[in-house]
Amino acid sequence: MVENRPFAQFMAYLTLALGVVIVAFPVYLAVMASTFDTATIINGNMPLVPGDQAGENYTRTLLYGGMHARQPVGGMMLNSMIMALGIAIGKILISILSAFAVVYFKFPFRKTAFWIIFITLMLPVEVRIYPTYKIVADLGLLDTYTGLVMPLIASATGTLLFRQFFMTIPDELLEASKIDGAGAFRFFKDTLLPLSMTTIAALFVIQFIYGWNQYLWPLLITTKSSMQTIVIGIKMMITTTDALTEWNVAMTTAVLAMLPPVLVVIFMQRLFVKGLVETEK
Amino acid sequence: MAGVTLDTVRKIYAGNVEAVKGVSLGIEDGSFCVLVGPSGCGKSTLLRMIAGLETISGGEVKIGDRVVNQVEPADRDIAMVFQNYALYPHMSVYDNMAYGLKNRKTPKDEIDKRVKEAARILAIEPFLARKPRQLSGGQRQRVAMGRAIVRKPQVFLFDEPLSNLDAKLRVQMRVEIKRLQRALGVTSIYVTHDQVEAMTLSDKLVVMSGGQIEQVGTPAEVYRRPETRFVATFIGSPPMNILPGTVEGPGRVSVGGQSIAVTDMRDGLTPGSAIEVGLRPEDVQAGSTGTSSLSMDVDFVEELGATQLFHGKVAGAEFIVQASTGQLAADTRKLTLAVDPGNVHLFDPQTTKRLGRA
Repeated sequence: MVENRPFAQFMAYLTLALGVVIVAFPVYLAVMASTFDTATIINGNMPLVPGDQAGENYTRTLLYGGMHARQPVGGMMLNSMIMALGIAIGKILISILSAFAVVYFKFPFRKTAFWIIFITLMLPVEVRIYPTYKIVADLGLLDTYTGLVMPLIASATGTLLFRQFFMTIPDELLEASKIDGAGAFRFFKDTLLPLSMTTIAALFVIQFIYGWNQYLWPLLITTKSSMQTIVIGIKMMITTTDALTEWNVAMTTAVLAMLPPVLVVIFMQRLFVKGLVETEK
Repeated sequence: MAGVTLDTVRKIYAGNVEAVKGVSLGIEDGSFCVLVGPSGCGKSTLLRMIAGLETISGGEVKIGDRVVNQVEPADRDIAMVFQNYALYPHMSVYDNMAYGLKNRKTPKDEIDKRVKEAARILAIEPFLARKPRQLSGGQRQRVAMGRAIVRKPQVFLFDEPLSNLDAKLRVQMRVEIKRLQRALGVTSIYVTHDQVEAMTLSDKLVVMSGGQIEQVGTPAEVYRRPETRFVATFIGSPPMNILPGTVEGPGRVSVGGQSIAVTDMRDGLTPGSAIEVGLRPEDVQAGSTGTSSLSMDVDFVEELGATQLFHGKVAGAEFIVQASTGQLAADTRKLTLAVDPGNVHLFDPQTTKRLGRA
C-alpha cells in the first residue's frame, strides 16, 4: 500500500504504542520488582528504575526459594524444563509418526483411526482430568516425570498439523523414492523428516509453551515439593496466609518463569523466518 | 538391456472403473516407444503399472524375460522421469542423483563416477552443489533425467516429462531426449498427450483411447495409414477433415454430389451406402483442379507465417485447408480443391474402422 497520510500514520503508531504499553508495563513492573527488597515494594513507593537487589534476589530465589516456601526455584525450573521438553518432544514424535501412518499407509479402519484422533481434539486435559488422574495414580506415576508428561502428550493437534503438511507433499516424491529403492522408513527419514523441519519447529514452540504453562495437571499429580513446577511455584510464593508476601521473590520467580518461553520463541522465530524464506517445495 | 512385453494388461479401479482394458504390446529392446492419447485414455496408468506404482489387475508385464507383476518398483530395474520432476527439494543436485545408488549400496567412488558422468552428458556439472529450487525448469528436467541415467536401468519411463516447460525449451529438450536415448540405447517408454512429441520421438508409436490401443506402428505408418477415425483425427495438426460421403462404386466415392477417386478402398462395398471420407488439410491442393475435386466455401483464414489455414465448409461439414502463404489471396471466398486419390482415407461410419485394402 503506497499512501502518505501523516495523521492516519500517527494514529496507527499511537494505537500500536498504547497496545505495547498495556501489554509490556506489567512485565516491566515485574522485572523492576525483582530488583528491590521486600520492604521497598511493600511500602507502595517502588521506583520505576532498577534497584540494587537484583543479584541477591535471583541467587536467593534460584538456590533457596522464599522464607516460607523454602523450595529452590532452580529445581522447579528444572522440573518445568523436563516437563515442557518431554511434552514437546513426545508430542512431535508421536504425532509425526501417526500422521505418517494415516497419510501414507493403507490399513483397515484408517479413516476411523483418523477420526478418533480428530475427536480427541475436543477432549483437553481439563475435561478428562479425573479418569486420567485415576489411571496415572493406579499406574503409580504420581510424583514422577512420566506422570507429568505422558497424559499431556496424547493429543491431536500435532497429528493434524503434520497430516495437513504431508498432504501437500506431492505423491511423485514418494514414488520417486520407491523407484530409488527407499522403503517406507527410509522415505520417512530421508525425505519427510528434512522437509518437515519448519513444521517441527513450529510445533515445538507451541508445545513447549503449552507444557511450560501447565498449571492444573502438575498441581494435581505432584505432592512432593521437589517435583513442583515453576508455574505452581509462583503461586506458592504469593499465598502465605499469616505473613507478608515476599513480593521480590514472587516477582523474581515470575520473571524466571517467563524467561525460557521467551527464549524459545526468540530462538525459534529465526528458524521460522528462515523456513518461510526458503520455501522448499 | 531388455524389451518390455505387455500381455492383456488390465487395470480396474475400485468401483469397477476399467482404466486399461486388456492391452497387449511388445516393445523391442533399445527402441523408443511413445504412448499417446487424450487425457484419461489410460496411458499414464499403463506406464505406472510398468513402473510398479500401480498394481496390475489382470494380465502380465514382462521386462526382458522376467514377469514383474509382483516385483517392487525398486527391483524392476527401471528409472522414471516424472512430469513435475519429483526432485528431492532438500537434497543437492548431486545427492538427488546419487540417492538411488546409495540406497542400493553402490560403492562411493562408483557413485561419484556415475554422477559426474551423467552430469557431463547433461551439461549440469556447474549445478551439482545447488538445490533444485535454485534451478530453472529446464535444468530441473535435466537433473531428473540424470537421476534416471546414473542408475543404468534396463528401461526408462517418461511420464509427460516436458509438459511443464515452455514451448521453446520443450522443442530443445525433445531433441536432447531423443539424442540421449539413441546414445544410451536404453529401451524407453514415453507418455505424452502431445502428438508432435509423439511423432518426433518415437520408433514405435502407440495411440490409445478409452483404455485400449487404437493403433501401433511407426510414426509414418500411423500418419499415412490411420486404422481408425480416432487415430486419423488425433495424429496430425491441424486434424484430418472428415466428410460424410456415399460409396459410388469400386474406387469412387461421392461427397456432396462431387465424385472423388480413391486408391485405398476396400472391395465389395455396397454402392449407395454411407462412408466417411478423411482428407488431411496438407494433402489437398487448394486453387487447382485435378482428376477429382471439391468446392469449398471459405469462412476465415488463419495466418501461421509460412502457411495459411483456410477454414470453411465442404458439403456442409467443417473443413480446413493448408496452403503456402501467398499461394492464395487471403480474401478468397470460394476454393476448388484438387484431391489426390492416394491421399483419401475412408472410414466406416459405424465401426469408425478404416475401409482400406486388406
